[in-house]
Amino acid sequence: MINVEIDGKHVEIEAGRSVIEAAQRAGIYIPHFCYHKKLSIAASCRMCLVQVEKVPKPVPACATTVSEGMKVFTASEMAVKAQQGVMEFLLVNHPLDCPVCDQGGECQLQDIAVGYGTGASRYREEKRVVLHKNIGPLVSTEEMSRCINCTRCVRFCQEIAGQMEMGQAFRGEHAEIMSFVGKTVDSELSGNIIDLCPVGALTSRPFRYSARSWELSQRKSVSPHDGLGTNLSVHTKDNRVMRVLPVENEDINECWLSDKERFSYEGLNSAERLTKPMIKQEGKWNEVEWPVALEYVANAVSQVANCAGNSEVGALATPHSTLEELYLLQKLARGLGSNNVDFRLRQSDFSADGKQAGAPWLGMAVADLSKADRLLIAGSFLRKDHPLLAQRIRQAARKGAQVNIVHSVDDDLLMKVANKAVVAPDAMANMLAQILKALAAEKKMAADVSLKEIEAGSTAVAIARSLAGGERVAVLLGNFAQQHPQAAQLQLLAQNIAALCGGKSGFLGEAANSVGGYLANAAPGAGGMNAAAMLAAPRKAYILLHAEPELDCANSQQALSAMYAADLVVALSAYKHHAVDYANVLLPVAPFTETSGTFVSTEGRVQSFKGAVKPLGEARPAWKVLRVLGNLLNVAGFDYDSSEAVRDEALGGKDVLSCLNNTLQGEAIRITPASTGGLQRVAEVPIYSADAIARRAPALQKTRDAATPVAAMHAAELKKIGVSPGEKVKVSQGENTVLMVAAADSGLPAGVARVAAGHAVTAGLGAMFGNVTVERA
Amino acid sequence: MLSDQVQEKINRELKKYPADQKQSAVMSALRFVQEEKGWISSDDMCDVAAYLGMPQMAVYEVATFYHMYNLKPMGKHTLTICTNLSCTLCGALDTVKYIESKLGIGIGEVTPDGKFGLREAECMGACIDAPLLAVSNNRLCGRMTPEKIDQLLAELDKS
Repeated sequence: MINVEIDGKHVEIEAGRSVIEAAQRAGIYIPHFCYHKKLSIAASCRMCLVQVEKVPKPVPACATTVSEGMKVFTASEMAVKAQQGVMEFLLVNHPLDCPVCDQGGECQLQDIAVGYGTGASRYREEKRVVLHKNIGPLVSTEEMSRCINCTRCVRFCQEIAGQMEMGQAFRGEHAEIMSFVGKTVDSELSGNIIDLCPVGALTSRPFRYSARSWELSQRKSVSPHDGLGTNLSVHTKDNRVMRVLPVENEDINECWLSDKERFSYEGLNSAERLTKPMIKQEGKWNEVEWPVALEYVANAVSQVANCAGNSEVGALATPHSTLEELYLLQKLARGLGSNNVDFRLRQSDFSADGKQAGAPWLGMAVADLSKADRLLIAGSFLRKDHPLLAQRIRQAARKGAQVNIVHSVDDDLLMKVANKAVVAPDAMANMLAQILKALAAEKKMAADVSLKEIEAGSTAVAIARSLAGGERVAVLLGNFAQQHPQAAQLQLLAQNIAALCGGKSGFLGEAANSVGGYLANAAPGAGGMNAAAMLAAPRKAYILLHAEPELDCANSQQALSAMYAADLVVALSAYKHHAVDYANVLLPVAPFTETSGTFVSTEGRVQSFKGAVKPLGEARPAWKVLRVLGNLLNVAGFDYDSSEAVRDEALGGKDVLSCLNNTLQGEAIRITPASTGGLQRVAEVPIYSADAIARRAPALQKTRDAATPVAAMHAAELKKIGVSPGEKVKVSQGENTVLMVAAADSGLPAGVARVAAGHAVTAGLGAMFGNVTVERA
Repeated sequence: MLSDQVQEKINRELKKYPADQKQSAVMSALRFVQEEKGWISSDDMCDVAAYLGMPQMAVYEVATFYHMYNLKPMGKHTLTICTNLSCTLCGALDTVKYIESKLGIGIGEVTPDGKFGLREAECMGACIDAPLLAVSNNRLCGRMTPEKIDQLLAELDKS
């Protein structure tokens, strides 16, 4: 520890820290622009100049490390003169357009100019002009003249997002922050540069000129998208969500937001919002009042249950629903005598049901990922499915953690990958088995007898060596592994691999309530049908909660035909979606900003939130709708007066962490031979198609990540069928066929076609896994 | 695509640096491209970036930072005139004016026949010979008078 004195205050701080950190600890503010605690030190703005005893000139506090007995003066004559001088220089070229600047009112430059500048400028000459560039639909660079060249955005892209998409071109007075000629900034974390920009040079394009910061009310909320449980600040004006910013939480999202979390709010105000209950009568949709709609639903559902049998009712919810909604949905279904309820819509292997020792989860705290020194990530489109977890792992990799990948695609993770095994989906379990066997050899332990036939290849051995050398090993299964037809086997293998190296295994939760759904008991349990079974053997009646079956389910065509075949489909949805074609009743329910609720994140963190705005039109929180339905159907125990009461009953006072367990009991490793050939489908869910809200956010839909999915194959595979990239192809799965554009992807293994799911273009296809054929259209 | 000659030159340059720091060769690589083509297009920058395994933006930063790289065609012979203090005190602005009238182009422009390009530069570090002029970045001419300029232009015109 080192002792320093700042403005007469004594501070004790670790060696190697900077003066600005020491000052922060002492509660003394030093003005700064380029310094940011999460980024490297640039010392380019010079705003943090301070006086240090025995140093003849002012020094930048961000780039000066503390030394024993150092005396720092932040408000001495020398420091103040330096700060005023720097401020005057920074304002030389800065336009005086605060009244029309989106940053006005929340601008660091404004604040610091008032606090540390002089009243007026002596500069009378012409100011320089920097022309705007188009860097994509999310971030506006319309007023680059405001830039003070602090390079925070440049460092963010390099260090946090992992790709140098922005830079400082030209030099001296002509220096400009820009992206490479004509290129857009395509990072899935790009929106953070808006927050980082201390002036109004980089602003939010969707939010532009729609409100002033002081007109907005701020409400805390939780992200409904991936399983991380990102803390949000929802900014509203006139009962409308205007923008979403991060709430800092070092254990979860740090100070970042992914673009999906930041910009999907636009979908909340979509024209597709359902605002009135609707009933289809004689093929025509009629808007009705709530009591009429609910009465109709209660009658129709009980009629199916009574006439066709209780088990003819199926309830499907997305894992993006709140804990309260999921709990009441399953309670309602079970009250009707049906155990057919599920929230794992994209899962295809349910053989682990009944064998799980607890709810599957991350297996560790999110913050532990930063401390892991060896990671094995299997079956994850990491950057797109979990942008901020990927960021966290990227930082671990920068600090020396070895990241090993097993996957069916070779997407650039923008981090150093120690080893990677890119194999076809049906070879994934085999690859993990190879790693397990090699690891046993590495650890000089006997391998499981079932692995007798397995021979570990060189990649598996390299991965096993890497894992064996670690002290804090994490084995993580991504969305692809969870949706895999051998998901239980993958889970078991991951569990064994982690056990052998004394590490932890877990799942990267697909959605906000992938853990919460289990806690709410929204999985079928004994005697019930799971999501896949309910659609494979169509039910007479379905209750859909937030779900759009052809986009949210593992097998879109199967799901859709089950909907068309049903006598009754009740869709509780925030949006008018494809259900208008097959549903009988549409009930407008509130998205996450318009209801109170709870998400249980992938690390088991229970986070409740309140509604930020009133429900749009006549939409109502789904938990209230389900409560009334419960009452109308005379199901006992539906007398809640608040969502908190529902939550407390759902969690039953249990310690949530004790309910989480990734151990599979009574399941043995079974090695199945690889497929007999054919082209296997690899289906990712595109980042901005993963949930109903993001699908309807216009700005996100204009990004490169939302480009129309293509049918990608290795160039050699394309050659085999005589198709060149860019040509139209017919992709078929069983009887289902869609037209797509072919693309070459040299990162794909042989025998694989990458055809995204969850998108309108491919909704005409079947299961996310399995064989497809691709031929010239 | 970078030509074989340029690739060969870059490979020779790469031997000077550790294998994991290929981007150290970026300045030489850009110079080789310019020597071959007379200027560096953004496509060329992408090629250099791919060849050295570095971000395109990082190449762009280097290419725009140094004046000696031409980001657009600058003629067969690029005349670069220093207009910093020493040269200006010794009449650099008259030199500029004379060359401009002789060639009929301004700073940053190229003659219609593509023979001459004109640009100004910062100090070249040889103020003793002010006013200075550099031909295509590799020939420094000092104490430029109208006579010497006429001579130089006539000589270059023939080559």
